Amino acid sequence: MSVEASTISTPPALRPDEHLPHRHERSIKLFRRDIIVKAIADSFVKLDPRVMLRKPIIFIVYVGSIWTTVLFLRDAWHSSATYNIFSGLVVLFLWFTVLFANFADAMAEGRGKAQAASLRKTRQETVAHLLRPDGTLVDRPSTKLSIGDRCVVAVGEAIPGDGDVVEGMALVDESTITGESAPVIRESGGDRSAVTGGTRVLSDRIVVQITSAAGETFLDRMIGLVEGAVRQKTPNERALTVVLASLTLIFVIAVATFQAFATYSGAHQSIIVLVALLVLLAPTTIGALLSAIGIAGMDRMVQHNVLATSGRAVEAAGDVTTLLLDKTGTITYGNRMATEFLPLPGVDEARLARAALLSSVADSTPEGRSIVALAERRYHLPTPTLDGAELVEFTAQTRMSGIDRNGTSIRKGASDAVSRWVTQRGGGVPQGLDDVVEPIARSGGTPLVVAEGSEVLGVIHLKDTVKPGIATRMAEMRKLGIRTVMITGDNPLTAAAIAAEAGVDEYMAEATPEDKMRRIRDEQAGGYLVAMTGDGTNDAPALALADVGVAMNTGTQAAKEAGNLVDLDSDPTKLMDIVEVGKQLLVTRGALTTFSICNDVAKYFVAIPAMLNGVFPALGVIDILHLHNPHSAILSAVIFNAIIIMFMIPLALRGVKIKAMGATARLRQNLLIYGVGGLLTPFVLIKLIDLLVVGPLGVH
Amino acid sequence: MTVTDWLEVLSLLVLLAISTPLLGNYMARVYANGPAPGDRVFLPVENFVYRICRIDPKSEQRWRTYLVSMLVWTLVGGLLTYLVLRVQGSLPGNPDHLPNVPEALSFNTAISFMTNTNWQNYAGESTMSQLSQMLGLVWHQFISAAVGMALAAAFIRALIRQRQNTLGNFWVDTIRSSTRILLPISFVFAIVFMSQGVIENFNSTTSVTTVAAQATHQTSNPALQQQVPGGPVAGMAAIEALGDNGGGYFNANYAAPNENPSPVTNVLLLWLMAMIPFGFGWTFGRMARSMRQAGVVLGVMTALFLVSLAFVVPLEAAGNPHITTAGVSQAETAANVGGNLEGKDLRFGAAGSALNAATITGTSTGGVNSAIESYTPIGGAVPLFNMMLGEVIPGGTGTGLYGLLIFVLIAVFIAGLMVGRTPMYLGKQILASDMKLAAIYILVLPATVLVLAAISILVPAASASISTSGPHGLTEVVYAYTSAAHNNGSAFGGLSGNTTWYNVTLAIAMWAGRVFEIIPALALAGSLVRKRTYAVTSGTLRTDTPLFAVMVAGVVLILVGLTYFPALATGPLAEHFSGGF
Repeated sequence: MSVEASTISTPPALRPDEHLPHRHERSIKLFRRDIIVKAIADSFVKLDPRVMLRKPIIFIVYVGSIWTTVLFLRDAWHSSATYNIFSGLVVLFLWFTVLFANFADAMAEGRGKAQAASLRKTRQETVAHLLRPDGTLVDRPSTKLSIGDRCVVAVGEAIPGDGDVVEGMALVDESTITGESAPVIRESGGDRSAVTGGTRVLSDRIVVQITSAAGETFLDRMIGLVEGAVRQKTPNERALTVVLASLTLIFVIAVATFQAFATYSGAHQSIIVLVALLVLLAPTTIGALLSAIGIAGMDRMVQHNVLATSGRAVEAAGDVTTLLLDKTGTITYGNRMATEFLPLPGVDEARLARAALLSSVADSTPEGRSIVALAERRYHLPTPTLDGAELVEFTAQTRMSGIDRNGTSIRKGASDAVSRWVTQRGGGVPQGLDDVVEPIARSGGTPLVVAEGSEVLGVIHLKDTVKPGIATRMAEMRKLGIRTVMITGDNPLTAAAIAAEAGVDEYMAEATPEDKMRRIRDEQAGGYLVAMTGDGTNDAPALALADVGVAMNTGTQAAKEAGNLVDLDSDPTKLMDIVEVGKQLLVTRGALTTFSICNDVAKYFVAIPAMLNGVFPALGVIDILHLHNPHSAILSAVIFNAIIIMFMIPLALRGVKIKAMGATARLRQNLLIYGVGGLLTPFVLIKLIDLLVVGPLGVH
Repeated sequence: MTVTDWLEVLSLLVLLAISTPLLGNYMARVYANGPAPGDRVFLPVENFVYRICRIDPKSEQRWRTYLVSMLVWTLVGGLLTYLVLRVQGSLPGNPDHLPNVPEALSFNTAISFMTNTNWQNYAGESTMSQLSQMLGLVWHQFISAAVGMALAAAFIRALIRQRQNTLGNFWVDTIRSSTRILLPISFVFAIVFMSQGVIENFNSTTSVTTVAAQATHQTSNPALQQQVPGGPVAGMAAIEALGDNGGGYFNANYAAPNENPSPVTNVLLLWLMAMIPFGFGWTFGRMARSMRQAGVVLGVMTALFLVSLAFVVPLEAAGNPHITTAGVSQAETAANVGGNLEGKDLRFGAAGSALNAATITGTSTGGVNSAIESYTPIGGAVPLFNMMLGEVIPGGTGTGLYGLLIFVLIAVFIAGLMVGRTPMYLGKQILASDMKLAAIYILVLPATVLVLAAISILVPAASASISTSGPHGLTEVVYAYTSAAHNNGSAFGGLSGNTTWYNVTLAIAMWAGRVFEIIPALALAGSLVRKRTYAVTSGTLRTDTPLFAVMVAGVVLILVGLTYFPALATGPLAEHFSGGF
């Protein structure tokens, strides 16, 4: 799009006090009964070794569970009942550890599937009317279409696949994709040509050229993403997996060699206890929840109605340090709107308002409607009737519009044009006019002068209105360490005024698409990661160049291909939400990793003295919890290790709450909650489990 | 603790506080490869060496070339040492006519010195000729230290450069480390040590009559005669400490009066050991143009070092409860320095010895002046744990810095996630490939130590070398492999190391601990140097704050603690709690 193009979803006559655009959210309740039931069943289905291999840390627990089960069954015949109770419970909870990990995945996937289900309804097979080169039509199932095919879609029909409108114009209901009930206009050429398969034509007839093959359409990709089916590990997730796997390897070595040291000390350990120790030490909590966090992150993007082409894009969003924001549509509503009536000295304000209202009643431009709205709201003027009135349309020559009614003529327009008109009619231009007009122009607004007959009444202040709440958002971005740059085609004066009002850090005035490209390159050369939004074909290079490019769904196919995120609501303000979702994903992983590793300290304090109790009872000093006996200590720790996964599932699915704060403050906060909390929590919970569960069971 | 004890501890800290900025700034100039102080003296020498060796000092190397240069250089040096030791009987510089060194011992010693470990399965005065000491051993004490310093310089460059391929020139870095840092400082200190009574001569072993014999006029009694070996000791004592080598001229090492005669030389030696590792922290800050980043590195090094001192010095000064039970007073009196004096030299007392134990293990030196075997269980566990930390408080010459920086990268990774950004250190993104290399670096040492120690505990041929039963014996074995793999070289004592099993497996541990640490470290440097540098905003994790320093210290302690806790629990902890300490 051009820098100044407006989005078509902007409803006419927006009131300045209207809140930020409504956002449709496909949120799903965290624990829905049907999802839970399905997830429980899936937890068992996922015991398939091929599935288990995808989670290396849990796979080790899985192997350990099988091994200890075999040993338990082999030895149960000739072991004492008390030992069997202990070892049986340990084995049972090792299995629970695996199942709980599977349950976390199944929950995340189940929630995704529930979202996908609603999408899938729209993907029913439709019959496409394929337009042959000779102009004849032939019916063909939508699944058999290939790229480049042209189809005719008439009123009431579903569009058979993703494509561009190449002929005609139509109102399209895209609520299945965006959730927005208001239909949108799609027309050939320009920036509103892209249509999505599964959406419905409400008026007229269009010819659509198919741009993606069946099975690879937008809808298909979206379904795949929310179901987690096509999820690939993101760069960060891979790095974290490396760290966790290495830690696990260290613990495998530590536990295996511990057997040698213990044997030397005269405290040979049973395999079941050693496996239990390994499972306690391995970072099972984060290992279990890692992929659920990733699926949930993708899910949250979809909840914001943003489609990510990859998980990598979601992560990159969290890293953004510079936001390039188009003024129009993102920071301002994009339409100049009347904000006040400024009468000249000696003129009654109400008279000016009435004249302005009359001159604009028939004016269907957004500016005209905003004048009517202002007059009605502030002066409670009734909408006048226009019987016998003659409308004067705006032309490029006169640069005025107005009305002739009952012998009086009312005009509104540019200051010089109206002044000339008044002079021609024998009137004089008052001295004070410039004093009113000048400041408005200087502040970036547009002054519209209103005259009735030969008398100049006053000035209407038209202003590009900054969306409410924008300044707060910008301040939040600044706290997150993100610099905001407003891009506009306006002159520097106007740009400066709006930039100041919106609270952006920098602005680029009179910017061309080339300027935008250069700016992205400069930012990147300076080491910044740039995010931007765009919807036009000429935005495509910039979208591709930016580290995070958010294409508007209303935009062209080229723009959508170039970006790595597509905003289905076409709401550029959402760029800021996207950044937060990206951050949340990483913070959740980091927090649970820290928590998981810190847990180990307490587990060591419990397990090692218990295991060496036979030869070094004095080591019990280390066990500050004073648990019932060595077996109950180990069992309590194993139970804790399993159920902590369950406790953490809501956190993994919802994500750690992100508040606008600097990195150091956030690190301090998270270290306190998840680091110190991770050190202390197991002490408390293991003691409770020992006290309430294992003790009464009489394990010894 | 006596006044001398306090003076020793405080003067060491003051000397380090003075030398760290001075030496740090100087080293930054040396490795910046621009004009540096002393160019008029050093440049002609260096240029002469470059010309002879056909080195182009302007050309730079990628990490693989840098690594290959280093490996070839080290291997050739090691081979040379092996040869010298094997034929020393036929070579000059052997006034005591010592025979050739046996194969397994020569192998172990060559590996030991080329890896900067200086584990000694021999007694210097009765095994090594003077030529072997100088040509085979002291030579390595210079170059193995210089190699570590070169690697640290390369690692720093990797962090401060962006979108480049090369890390510097291994030959230039090694030569400049030697000519400008190691040689001048050890030269000066060798002379200082001679002034303090350390010997420097080429005499053969002299038979002297002891004071006791003279007092009793029994000068012809052979039992009252003492054999005093000669040798170029002062020079070796200096570089042994400065290069964090720790291989002494005599078997008694820094307990030998002719090598470390007084508390003054004791403190000077400890200062030399810690001088370069701490200085490198400062050098890093200078080169990275952020003294706050250096503050984090130096802060973590200093804090953990002080904590280790705070454990071992008071523990040893307080004495051994079992000795008290036996009816011996360990209280400090005018005539008695007090504390746990078993296995310690009266010149240094309990505190001066404990100060040495903490410093030689906090640095990668290993030049003991007391028998760590005789320390209290926890007192002996402190030097062991210092090594287990990965030789980073402050660690070896150069190796300490990049070792700690790799821990920093792991802390950055976890902390970076927690602030919601792809982890970045000095503007460089830390990704999966970097974490893989860091993980290998962290994994190699515990894997080597634990596996070899576990086998040695179970294999009868190996466990026969253990001198004490119970947890103390386990500590002997774990200590030996920890010392070898971490290239420290200090001995716990008690374990008979000069057997084929230990000569070979300890050599493997030393080799693995050196080479399989350097390869991932250099590969990591190679990956870092290619990365672009991203801008730092308020959303970026600050890695120059006290909070982050606490995080780094936490990561080091938790990672190492979790790894070694089972071994420590069955060793020193079991001994402490079950042994009535």
